[in-house]
Amino acid sequence: MGFRFDLLMFMIVLLSVPVLSNLILSNVDRRIDLTTQAVRITSTLKVENTGSDLVSEVLLAFPDDQAKHLAYLTATNNEGKGKAKSSSVSFPVDVVRPKGMHPSLTFYSVSLPKGLGKGASLTLDVLAVFAHALQPFPERITQPDIQLVVFNETAHYLSPYAVKVQSLTVKLPDARIESFSKIENTKIHGSEVKYGPYENLPPFSYSSIVVHFEANQPFAIAQQLIREIEISHWGNVQVTEHYNLVHGGAQSKGEFSRLDYQARPHVRGASAIRHLVAKLPPRAHSIYYRDEIGNISTSKLWGDPKKTELVIEPRYPMFGGWRTAFTIGYGLPLQDFLFHSEGKRYLNISFGSPINEVVIDTLIVKVVLPEGSADISVSAPFPVKQGQETKFSHLDVVGRPVIVLEKTNVVLEHNQHFQVYYKFSSLSMFGEPLMLISGFFFLFVACIIYMHADLSISKSSPSYLAKLQWDEVQAGVQQVRNIFDRCLTLHDKLEASLRDLSRTGDVQACKASRKAVDGLLKDISKDLKPLLLSLQSSPQAAQILPKCSICKTSNATS
Amino acid sequence: MVGKAEPVNGSVKSGSNQSIPATMQSPLKKSDLIPNLSLKTLKLKTKQQELLIRVSILCLVYVLAFITRLFSVLRYESMIHEFDPYFNYRTTLFLTEKGFYEFWNWFDSESWYPLGRIIGGTLYPGLMVTAAIIYWLLRFLRFAIHIREVCVLTAPFFASNTTLVAYFFGKEVWDSGAGLVAAALIAICPGYISRSVAGSYDNEGVAIFALLLTFYLFVKAVNTGSLAWALASAFAYFYMVSAWGGYVFIINLIPLYVLVLLITGRYSMRLYVAYNSMYVLGMLLAMQIRFVGFQHVQSGEHMAAMGVFFLLQVFFFLDWVKHLLSDTKLFQAFLRITVTTAIGVGAIALGVGMASGYISPWTGRFYSLLDPTYAKDHIPIIASVSEHQPTAWSSFMFDFHILLFLFPAVCLISAIAVSATIKNLTLVARAKSKVTQTGSVRGSSSSKGSSKASLDQSQPFQRNGAIALLLGAFYLLSKYATHCTWVTSEAYSSPSIVLAARGAHGNRVIFDDYREAYFWLRKNTPPDAKVMSWWDYGYQITAMGNRTVIVDNNTWNNTHIATVGRAMSSYEDEAYEIMRSLDVDYVLVVFGGVTGYSSDDINKFLWMVRIGGGVFPVIKEPDYLVNGEYRVDKGAAPKMLNCLMYKLSYYRFGELTTEYGKPPGYDRARGVEIGNKDIKLEYLEEAFTTSNWIVRIYKVKPPNNRW
Repeated sequence: MGFRFDLLMFMIVLLSVPVLSNLILSNVDRRIDLTTQAVRITSTLKVENTGSDLVSEVLLAFPDDQAKHLAYLTATNNEGKGKAKSSSVSFPVDVVRPKGMHPSLTFYSVSLPKGLGKGASLTLDVLAVFAHALQPFPERITQPDIQLVVFNETAHYLSPYAVKVQSLTVKLPDARIESFSKIENTKIHGSEVKYGPYENLPPFSYSSIVVHFEANQPFAIAQQLIREIEISHWGNVQVTEHYNLVHGGAQSKGEFSRLDYQARPHVRGASAIRHLVAKLPPRAHSIYYRDEIGNISTSKLWGDPKKTELVIEPRYPMFGGWRTAFTIGYGLPLQDFLFHSEGKRYLNISFGSPINEVVIDTLIVKVVLPEGSADISVSAPFPVKQGQETKFSHLDVVGRPVIVLEKTNVVLEHNQHFQVYYKFSSLSMFGEPLMLISGFFFLFVACIIYMHADLSISKSSPSYLAKLQWDEVQAGVQQVRNIFDRCLTLHDKLEASLRDLSRTGDVQACKASRKAVDGLLKDISKDLKPLLLSLQSSPQAAQILPKCSICKTSNATS
Repeated sequence: MVGKAEPVNGSVKSGSNQSIPATMQSPLKKSDLIPNLSLKTLKLKTKQQELLIRVSILCLVYVLAFITRLFSVLRYESMIHEFDPYFNYRTTLFLTEKGFYEFWNWFDSESWYPLGRIIGGTLYPGLMVTAAIIYWLLRFLRFAIHIREVCVLTAPFFASNTTLVAYFFGKEVWDSGAGLVAAALIAICPGYISRSVAGSYDNEGVAIFALLLTFYLFVKAVNTGSLAWALASAFAYFYMVSAWGGYVFIINLIPLYVLVLLITGRYSMRLYVAYNSMYVLGMLLAMQIRFVGFQHVQSGEHMAAMGVFFLLQVFFFLDWVKHLLSDTKLFQAFLRITVTTAIGVGAIALGVGMASGYISPWTGRFYSLLDPTYAKDHIPIIASVSEHQPTAWSSFMFDFHILLFLFPAVCLISAIAVSATIKNLTLVARAKSKVTQTGSVRGSSSSKGSSKASLDQSQPFQRNGAIALLLGAFYLLSKYATHCTWVTSEAYSSPSIVLAARGAHGNRVIFDDYREAYFWLRKNTPPDAKVMSWWDYGYQITAMGNRTVIVDNNTWNNTHIATVGRAMSSYEDEAYEIMRSLDVDYVLVVFGGVTGYSSDDINKFLWMVRIGGGVFPVIKEPDYLVNGEYRVDKGAAPKMLNCLMYKLSYYRFGELTTEYGKPPGYDRARGVEIGNKDIKLEYLEEAFTTSNWIVRIYKVKPPNNRW
């Protein structure tokens, strides 16, 4: 374990740097939380102005190799000494490049809106979250090996200001600690390593420490996560999340034995990612979990009115360096996330991933607004890269406007709500159903026109003539049928009257009905005449004419 | 009069047998005609009524044909099934992404490493183009759907279209009633469903539609003598050729049909027009498919069509000469000379063609059609496709999908039979029912029973029998429909990629091991890794795993497959040499010993030995058998116990207890304790094994350093 021991106890004092202002830090208390893969450093700084000028900014310094992993940084004013965190006000934080500073340091300036007068003091709570700050060592392990990681920090708070009193606590997961740098005033207390207190250190003091410990929590890193949030004004917000996941811990080498893994999964495969928990908003519905080649059946869902919890297992347990990709999708009720304000609608939804233990390298959030939205603006709680594109979905003509927000190094702290404001008229909601209805309507109209239109090119071709003739014959037959029907009803009437006669013996009524029917029958034979004539006139009908006359006579006799 | 009114009530053709009893009873039954009449006058005209009923039945059948094929989507998910459909899916994806010309000129280096495969020239593009066109059309109509959904639903959609064609075919051959029954039968026919369930994205799904359409249009062309129908039939034939290799059967069956017509003396000008235009145009179109090309005029399978074509010309010529020469004797002499010359010239042309190799002899596939044992003796790869078939003839049935050709015909014939039977029975039964009705009416109203008695005496037995038969027929038909639905849901709707079983508590257990392994390959191996597996899994590995395979289901190169078979059946060090020479990085085996999944590689292993031994005589089948018996337990042959396939399948399996009360290493698929429990691998290492051990992937180690 002779790594970087040369760094131990190595102290850099950057003497060339001028003192910036008259601020001093009278007390610095730092806690480093190493229990998850994202390293959280909470520093409580007590800032004092010893000079005479009003100071409006406080500089925070990070070495470059740390700064490039910095995912999240906030500074809040801790007024109340107690735990009244609700009263805390967060200050704007910006990257600055002060002149004359060492080039390998990155500075962030905390602007104090009120400024700090002479002799005044202020307590700042600075939370810095680093992704990828834990380095696996050894870098390649076999299946039964445990995963060890190292963490580098300075025991002395790196600051452009002089620090009077400071202390550092490193919180480690409840497991084996391989080694840690022992310098003066080092104590170990359970799974916590304490450095300090150190007193009266000049600006830019640096004392490297290294902690090497067992960390079997999964290093789930989403190299890319695309969240697509699609608003439908018919009552649904559809969220689709495409994960590209990698296990960022120690690379696995050698065999993967399913037998060992099955027999003792927590020993042979301690650092493997077995499952992930997505905490979805309450009332999430139509949840699915799939990938490029189909549905993944290993997921469980719990729901209660407060939250919906989706436990997803990747297709295979993920060892160091293994990759997977999957998509989860769910629908949310519209009224929980879409609101009105000042004639505009706005979507208010969480920015980050619902899977808390994942660190995201690149997060792309796409908000798909309904077709016809205008006047779009975004408000996000932290700086993001913005873009716009167009998406074509079902029945779109001009496409839906898509707001694209991109952010790198996203951690749990970024799970804050952001807002997309836009204007959308409720009437345009009905555009698509109307389009569908009119489409079908025109289809049917076209069918009707086609059925009724005469589309033949040649009006003298034999097939066309035959068709005409056929239609004519059909019409004739239909006429004859109608006549028969009428004739039959008359018969029925006649019979009814006969029945009445047999029952009542009213001869007069029967005679009258008989007369009426006779008259009607005459009409019928009159109607039949032109048809018969046409039959006689056409030569093709010669052979069926005799049959018709029989019909006619039978008709007449009855 | 009443007899005239009869057809109104729904039947299309009123037979004469029915009008006699109807007229006999006409004086008696006028009263009960009143409800019929009032109904009729209220509603649409008869013709329209009938049309409405027919169209709605047809629509119902259309929908039924579609939804009865969706069991697998509901049970599992919208996914592609089996093996070959994955290739079709992959090519369709390529077509939609890269366009038609890229697709046509696609050289696929991801399969048959290191040879590669010219995809555009070795497939039937009909299916992919169809799916792509549907996809593009839907996209154009602004339906943003995924190409996978189109592929999954292509087969049910075409099955629905087939019912339409079946209806028109039945109508053309018999009447519209038969057409409806044919449509209904085709919609639920299990033989067809098995090929066209949702997700079964295979050539047959589209080809059966094309097949029936070609036949229908040709029959229509022959019946009408219309050039338009003949051309339509040629285009349908072109579609069929583009969709499936089974077009060979059409191009033999249509000439057969023509020949039968000729022999039975039904030669006519209509037949001449229909066949000539269909054959010539169809041939020209078919030759545009690169996979067919000049085969269509050169290979033996297509010679029958050409022969009939020439025969028709001779017929026509003779007809013409006969017309010119009014003298019979002269014509007889002429006939003799012409026929002899024609036969002679034909025989010589065929002989010369064969001898010069211009006309290729029949392929093995065709021989095995005549003799099912041919494949087994000469082409083990064909025989290995269907290894579970007990007898040669049934295997031949399955292999060559002869059932697929039979079932439309069977459906049509039975449809005609059923519809004719039912129609006759209904006519008889209806006459009966009317009489009973009249009888009851009269019985209640008055006392004139004498005439009724005389009526009942005439055909009492026949009518009762008819009703009984009718009920029986409906019972059978409904039973058949339920049976078909049951068979579809139970037997044909499994995607075979995902296996489902019943757990101990009656719950459904899903084995998704194939996709687990393929997705592992896709994500955790280098993009240019070469995977060696038995050829069954080739298409799936390229489509789902996106990795290069050595051999796949397009079994075009027997030697290459034999090389893989040899590697699998050799000792590890010999196999390592072969795998090094093929640049293999990963080896994938399918193993069912833990789950009891029987179609795994150990059960297929003898085919690997046979195919490998067919090319490399080093591999001898008896080495793997003990007294002609294939076993994996302690009594197995030593070569079997140490060959690569055995080692890869059973690596570390000896330490696993699979079933309570059985020793460790108990193989549940074969029900024995394995013979070699101490397996050490020297040149390979276990890279991944799925959760139920169904797929095991091994990494080929790089060669050791020399020092």
